[in-house]
Amino acid sequence: MQAFLHQLLSGLATGAIYASLAVALVTIFKTTHHVNFAQGELAMFSTYIAWSLIQKGLPYWATFPATLAVAFVAGVVIERVVVRRVEHAPVLSVVIVFIGLLVICNSLAGWIFGFSIKAMASPFPSDAWYGSAYLSAHELGMIAVTLAVLLCVFLFFRFTRLGLAMRAAADNPESSRLVGVRVGWMLALGWGFAAALGAVAGMMAAPVVYLEPNMMTGVLLYGFAAALLGGIDNPWGAALAGFIVGVLENLAGAYLVGTQLKLAVALVVIVGVVTFKPAGLFGRRLVVRV
Amino acid sequence: MSAILELRGVVASYGAAPVLHGVDITVDNGAVVALLGANGAGKTTTLRAICNVLVRVDGDIRFAGHRIDGKSTESIVRLGIGHVPEGRGTFEGLSVDENLRLGAYVRRDPQVAADFDRVFAHFPALAARRRQQAGTLSGGEQQMLAIGRALMMRPRLLLLDEPSFGLAPIVVAQIFSILAAINRDEGMSMLVVEQNAHHALALAEQVYLLETGRVVMSGPPSRIAGDAAVRRAYLGQ
Repeated sequence: MQAFLHQLLSGLATGAIYASLAVALVTIFKTTHHVNFAQGELAMFSTYIAWSLIQKGLPYWATFPATLAVAFVAGVVIERVVVRRVEHAPVLSVVIVFIGLLVICNSLAGWIFGFSIKAMASPFPSDAWYGSAYLSAHELGMIAVTLAVLLCVFLFFRFTRLGLAMRAAADNPESSRLVGVRVGWMLALGWGFAAALGAVAGMMAAPVVYLEPNMMTGVLLYGFAAALLGGIDNPWGAALAGFIVGVLENLAGAYLVGTQLKLAVALVVIVGVVTFKPAGLFGRRLVVRV
Repeated sequence: MSAILELRGVVASYGAAPVLHGVDITVDNGAVVALLGANGAGKTTTLRAICNVLVRVDGDIRFAGHRIDGKSTESIVRLGIGHVPEGRGTFEGLSVDENLRLGAYVRRDPQVAADFDRVFAHFPALAARRRQQAGTLSGGEQQMLAIGRALMMRPRLLLLDEPSFGLAPIVVAQIFSILAAINRDEGMSMLVVEQNAHHALALAEQVYLLETGRVVMSGPPSRIAGDAAVRRAYLGQ
């Protein structure tokens, strides 16, 4: 029973990473209807930036917002400079551009920081949380940070003028322009937010999966699974599904398929959702009248 | 009276296909102008050309004396043009309240709250549904919402693309009387595209008749309504 509880709770902790990444994917999908395959690599690159800032002697909690800011600006710039050019291109061209971004980020990280595995410090104490046998302080910290970030995102979109304009741009770009919303900038901001969310995921994941250029490959797959399971157009569904996928993965790894086949869980979820419930658990079914 | 809107030799096209072939239209300050014509005559395209939405535009368009052709939609509407688009342009996933808040997106003055009350006074049906998702409103309510959203901008010029579309006759009459009141009380200029010629002729001071992308007739409503061909084609007489 103790082992089961432990698996369940640490599943929630890894789920927090998937949740951040899934919400980032959904944010971009909702505004541009693109699936950003480079989301994981952008997160990885941001984590390297955090790592090098820490190496330079910055305290962790100064590094954290600095990294988010850098990731945000990078996201905005990538949208304005690269993605904007393929806005109306066929979907395959867009996919190729994203895969190109993925490879570029991956190689660039390897070139600048090297391919050797690095240890990334956790901001949380390494011992168990108040002697709890179930959850380490870092795992608990991961969950807390993710929930806090998601709460900020929710409050921003729900209660600010800019958040409303971004939702409007996603809902109806033509009408948004007609009320004076600068839609192009809203899409760029969406990319910025997604990149910053990804950076949170990367920084939280690094102490667990270690820092190396391929650290997010598997994580992104779980992020996709979560985004699809929650409904690709529903950020709250995606966040919840992130935690669900985390727990499923951990329990399956511990009791069903073993750690070697854990990644297959993500693929099973993806194929299962696409086959049996394409709208996900909380997504809206898209019905098009022709 | 000075003109708030002037179109001179406006040519507009979707891709390679031209839809307007040199349209001249003037809206005087404080006036209501109606744009009549059959389906495909270019009425909607004329409104889109003014706001630079979805069409390629050539020619000279002036709003309050400033050239606006070639500017982005966002910059044009920020000058004070409220556009009620064809098909209503509802933000379907957002609430009624949020739709109206977006109407006032470019405003920073403290009267926005009062304008909510003003819109709800015009359209009480919306007041009861403030928190409802706008996509679930009936067609008539969405049309009211679209007009309300444009009014929230406090525009100097209101462009209306078929405000009577899909509405019950009693609601149409109500909307036109609200438009007449707003024009009278606030001096808001309007350019109205309508299939429903009876209401449009009653509201407007100046009427333009559009055929296959050209203005074929213009004048005060009495003259347009007196024309035998117009009576046959648009008034069913």
